Amino acid sequence: MSFVEVENVSKSFGDNVVLRNVTLEVAEHEVVCLIGASGSGKSTLLRCINLLEPIDEGRIVVDGDLITNGKVDANAIRREIGIVFQAFNLFPHMTVLQNVTLAPRRVRNLRRGEAEASARELLRRIGLEDKAAEYPDRLSGGQQQRVAIVRALAMQPKLMLLDEITSALDPQLVSEVLNLVRELADFGMTMIIATHEMSFAREVASKVCFLDGGVILEEGDAKDIFSAPSEPRTREFLARIIEAGRL
Amino acid sequence: MHALHRVLQAFVSPQSFRLALPDVWAGFQVNIKMMFLAEALVLVLALGVAIIRGLPGRSAAPLRGAAIVYTDLFRGTPLILVAFLVGFGLPGLQLRVISTQTTFVYGVAALTLVYTAYVTEVYRAGIESVHPSQRSAARSLGLSYFQALRYVVVPQAVRRVIPPLLNDFIGLQKDTALITVIGVAEAAQQAQNFSNTYYNFTSYVVAAVFFIFLTIPLARFTDHLIAVRERKERAAAI
Ligand SMILES: Nc1ncnc2c1ncn2[C@@H]1O[C@H](COP(=O)(O)OP(=O)(O)O)[C@@H](O)[C@H]1O
Ligand SMILES: [Mg+2]
Repeated sequence: MSFVEVENVSKSFGDNVVLRNVTLEVAEHEVVCLIGASGSGKSTLLRCINLLEPIDEGRIVVDGDLITNGKVDANAIRREIGIVFQAFNLFPHMTVLQNVTLAPRRVRNLRRGEAEASARELLRRIGLEDKAAEYPDRLSGGQQQRVAIVRALAMQPKLMLLDEITSALDPQLVSEVLNLVRELADFGMTMIIATHEMSFAREVASKVCFLDGGVILEEGDAKDIFSAPSEPRTREFLARIIEAGRL
Repeated sequence: MHALHRVLQAFVSPQSFRLALPDVWAGFQVNIKMMFLAEALVLVLALGVAIIRGLPGRSAAPLRGAAIVYTDLFRGTPLILVAFLVGFGLPGLQLRVISTQTTFVYGVAALTLVYTAYVTEVYRAGIESVHPSQRSAARSLGLSYFQALRYVVVPQAVRRVIPPLLNDFIGLQKDTALITVIGVAEAAQQAQNFSNTYYNFTSYVVAAVFFIFLTIPLARFTDHLIAVRERKERAAAI
């Protein structure tokens, strides 16, 4: 049985059908990359898996639990699933340490000392221990995004969703963030990653899904999709990406 | 010369100034008490009403509606009428607790009712100015709706609305003088008593001076906060 099962999920915003019958399976410890043009529905799919958006049809099962029947405690589901956004979304009025310890303290009810000790340990591992007392606006984009990843990790999630987490970064800051994600993958974290970084996707993903107009048009091994895409739309998309110098 | 002398004598006569000072000062302390009490209540209650107005979902519709009706009513009604309604109306009801308060309490209640409605709108603007992605980020970590409000949205909102909030409080400070109409022995009332007794208006000037000295520091502080914010925003825009 898969760790994440997305079955025939559809989602509209008003008349705009954003996801159509999307079906996706992710095994435990697997890394799946979502690629596709902007507006194809990648973010919406991730937000639905995290219950930040309600779905209209279909079902989503995570770790054996059906999470989309409306009866579950959405807060309980969300604390098991980490999501990191393109725009970091750190809390600007809190220090790095407070950002990382907020949820462990308020949701997991850890004592402050305990939460801070593990937060510092996580920060140390990404080389940002000395930034613990800084506010986010004093950090570079790459540092902020790594803090955002650590903030999600502090809840010890079973699943991480990464939504174009390097798209807002200057090119020279991308690699420090991707290195961290690579480590997570090596560590066995189950992840669904929306990304435009095709070489990165080829390297870490066991499966790549190409979304087009809210449909998973093509999915398969990273090397198959990138070297021999079967759908013309996929070929077109990849050609454009190559033109932009990202593959 | 004669006319000028009469004007000076009527409005800023030194003897009258000295004579009126103790009573007006005693009255002014009542204004300050009303002001602090009303401000403390307004700060808390307005946040509550603002949060109620923002509650999501259909089941919260009646609450939201009540909050809207409240703010509309009390922003629309002149304070002096609210003071009459509370200060004269409630005692007339002859209810147990509600009808047996002092005029001071009714005054604070009238100020609180009116200014809570104003400050609710200030808070609401602040809460809405916090980008929805902040709430998403908080919820995605497992925080509940109210935890996200408490730890993430409201602290940012409050920081942003401090200047307009202080502006409303400047209004509140001055409006404590209106409570004279229900018979609270505050500064304006004391000034009026003096003036009626001595046929001299210097006492009103004394009261005005007190209010001005109370307001200027707050006004300057508010300006300062706004200037700091603008400087920061300009720096961020570069
Ligand atoms: N909250 C929302 N309200 C209305 N429309 C939305 C919302 N979020 C996304 N959309 C629409 O859904 C479509 C897919 O968006 P998104 O999932 O963000 O795509 P991607 O992440 O692949 O760029 C777009 O047409 C977008 O305008
Ligand atoms: Mg997106």
